[in-house]
Amino acid sequence: MNELKTTTVEVRLPTRMGYEKVAMSTAASVAKLMGFPDDRVEDLKTAVAEACINAIEHGNRLNEKLSVGVVLRAESDSLEVKVIDDGIGIGKKPAKPDIDRKMHGEEDPRGMGMFLIQALVDEAEWVAGLDGKSSYVRLLIKLDKDAG
Amino acid sequence: MQSETKSRVDQLTAPSGHPVTVLRFEGDIASTSKDAVLGAFQALPKETTKLVLLDFTGVDYINSSGIALVIQLLIEASNSGQKVSCFGLSAHFNKVFTMVGITKYSGLFPTQAEALAAL
Repeated sequence: MNELKTTTVEVRLPTRMGYEKVAMSTAASVAKLMGFPDDRVEDLKTAVAEACINAIEHGNRLNEKLSVGVVLRAESDSLEVKVIDDGIGIGKKPAKPDIDRKMHGEEDPRGMGMFLIQALVDEAEWVAGLDGKSSYVRLLIKLDKDAG
Repeated sequence: MQSETKSRVDQLTAPSGHPVTVLRFEGDIASTSKDAVLGAFQALPKETTKLVLLDFTGVDYINSSGIALVIQLLIEASNSGQKVSCFGLSAHFNKVFTMVGITKYSGLFPTQAEALAAL
């Protein structure tokens, strides 16, 4: 894969909790082929898993008649991952989780997925589908993150 | 699809002489792990269990729902005056636990020996 220009890998997941691990493993395999170091592969795995969990749980609302699309696009210097669901997209991003508020019962202990995604990849954007569905999150992880 | 979470309990003594309960987890820690994580912790006798270690050595995958279960465990421990520390996390999940602020309420140690020595 050293002379890789643009390569696309697509996976279609059932809307069922646990299947995020299929996307996670696929993304890890592509990232390793591209030469990402182990720590960045681990970052990507968690970000992709959380994006798929959000798509399964919130986007497709656990409706098993729907599926989650995962499109990985490997460029020479970056890997883009789109996770597509049939939801309407997010209204607004939740606030950064506050451990003190969680510990004092003022904030739900859950709700850390989007924070983790943003913290672990180089770019993350949430895009609402124009037709009220086919919304997606786009993640980008750069191969030379530490070079600059 | 998720690997079932297993947990078991060991009783140890810290170098300081204090009794320590170790909850050892195996498998994935996700939304389906409530019984193995919270249930196992809640089954410990609160009057006599004051120091608890969470062993993640056998855990490969933790997602945000799993982290939320650990936070719920820390909330219950805090309310009961119990001290909890974690060990055996991979470098990645050590980073994730630190990012979400768990280190404010629980020590993170590479090994059981280091976690015990800190008690």
